[in-house]
Amino acid sequence: MNATPAPQIEIRDLTMAYGEFVIQRDLNFVVNKGDIFVVMGGNGCGKTTLMRALIGLQRPAKGTVFYGGEDFWNVEPEEQERLKRRLGIMFQGGALWSSLTLAENVALPLKEYTALPPRRIGEIVSFKLALVGLAGFEEFYPAELSGGMKKRAGLARAMALDPDILVIDEPSSGLDPLTARRLDDLILELRDSLETTVVVITHELASILGIGTNSVFLDTETHTMIDTGNPKAAIVSGDPRVRHFLTRGAA
Amino acid sequence: MAQNRGERKWRLDTRRSGDGLLELSCGGGWTLDQNLPAPGEILAGQGEGLRLLSFDTAQLAAWDTGFLAFLRSLFALCAERGIRVDQEGLPKGVRHLLAMAAAVPEQKATRRSGAGESLLFRIGTATLAFFRGAPTMLHFLGEITLSFGRLLRGRARFRLSDLWWEIEEVGPRALIIVSIISFLVGLILAYLGADQLRLVGAQIFIADLVAIGMVREVGALMTGIIIAGRTGAAFAAQLGTMQVNEEIDAFRTLGISPVDFLVLPRMLALMLMVPLLTLYSGFVGMLAGLLVSTTIFDIGLFEYYTETLRALELKHFLVGLSKGSVYGAMVAYAGCLRGMQCGRSAEAVGEAATSAVVTAILLITISASLMTIIYYRLGI
Repeated sequence: MNATPAPQIEIRDLTMAYGEFVIQRDLNFVVNKGDIFVVMGGNGCGKTTLMRALIGLQRPAKGTVFYGGEDFWNVEPEEQERLKRRLGIMFQGGALWSSLTLAENVALPLKEYTALPPRRIGEIVSFKLALVGLAGFEEFYPAELSGGMKKRAGLARAMALDPDILVIDEPSSGLDPLTARRLDDLILELRDSLETTVVVITHELASILGIGTNSVFLDTETHTMIDTGNPKAAIVSGDPRVRHFLTRGAA
Repeated sequence: MAQNRGERKWRLDTRRSGDGLLELSCGGGWTLDQNLPAPGEILAGQGEGLRLLSFDTAQLAAWDTGFLAFLRSLFALCAERGIRVDQEGLPKGVRHLLAMAAAVPEQKATRRSGAGESLLFRIGTATLAFFRGAPTMLHFLGEITLSFGRLLRGRARFRLSDLWWEIEEVGPRALIIVSIISFLVGLILAYLGADQLRLVGAQIFIADLVAIGMVREVGALMTGIIIAGRTGAAFAAQLGTMQVNEEIDAFRTLGISPVDFLVLPRMLALMLMVPLLTLYSGFVGMLAGLLVSTTIFDIGLFEYYTETLRALELKHFLVGLSKGSVYGAMVAYAGCLRGMQCGRSAEAVGEAATSAVVTAILLITISASLMTIIYYRLGI
């Protein structure tokens, strides 16, 4: 059955720094297949920097990331490209290409990496846009959309190739509660139906506790992780700092 | 689904019952990398009388978006033809994802149709846009004038440090490119003059040609065009990006005029620096003329120097300086105008920068012609 290795991420001794300034050091944690893995922490703790190290945008100062046992930062560039193709990434603001319509944005990865005829690409694009609640917006340009819509269109693009691993930066910030909830439901459904592993970078408590099955907490003061595991368990028996965070300072 | 991707080919069996029921048995892998059938073909072979579509997916080994997109088009087709669809036989995940895609109704907004417009229509729109642009330009000119009025009364709000920063950016940092271009232009003028003046044996007048040419016209023109490309485009891109980031809106909501805060320092910096760069350009051009004349055309160093001094009058400098100021103002005006008019996307910033350079060069050309005619009439 197992043609491809399990899409599992392992972070080993990861230290991220800008020059002398260390953002986070000595991170060690594992993301299992089918996890909805939440990277949480206060503002400026380095969540997005961690994401950049995970997706190949910023080489870590020390340590590395393994995808299915392969050392992402120390393989040949072609191999790294192949590993990257298993990732779907949604950036904070959507990062849509402004000169392309939504349909063209979502279609670009499909055109680049599949041999599908245009008709089927069109079907897939409109399905992905419908999944994020943007049915009928195919011909719109990003500049014509609101911030939340751009974000969701960014998710549609991230999902275009049915990636094994979906990395999502701040999915629900800036969305109304109902839309945020729908997005959470979609993430759960993608995990259940398509066995997608999801890494979510967020500090929205509703999302963390609602969909997270595993997590890591990055601390701003000590510049390292202080807890990993199911956030629902952490709120009861985790490190006091994590409990403090998850209860908005009540515990 | 991932594990079987690409391992098996898709299979489809159709079973038609007498009472208008069609059952589709999907087997194998229905994935993105498969050449899946078109929904229309499946229904086409069924003729009339089809009322209900159902599924059997017991043999389905793998599926992904490919299957979902196929089903979605199939359902749309069925809805068109009044065929009911029974989704019971589909895997749970498929049903859920399809339901999610249908949860938000399709936006029926007017879709843009850019491709179908006729040439005549586009010429018409472009012409109208051009004439609509003129009042906006005048309006912006008015805003700048008011802003200068506030500056004179000491009421304009901007930071002096911004002005210094802009002055450094547009002046000293442009010296190298201005030197290179002016030297080359001076060189060309000298050669050109030498070639013509040789015919009448008056090569010494190279000095007059280069000195008056550079100081009066060419220095200002070259500087203006360099600054249009170098600084005008930068102004448009800076202000355009600020427009994209809503920074300009933030000024407006605070009651601070963005024209005072952003446009005024840029305008002042260019109006102060371009005349100086013009002077400098003229000097470098004359230096190039001197170099060519003494080394190639055997004109004495002292001879060239005295001839230059004899040719140059104060009025030439004043003409050059006045042109430099006007060109500087034109470049700042075009750059700031296009930046403030910028749309809210990355592409719009690019368009603003391009348009700023084109507008600036156009304005420079027009004002250069006008000033030349005026100065000629006045006998300056």
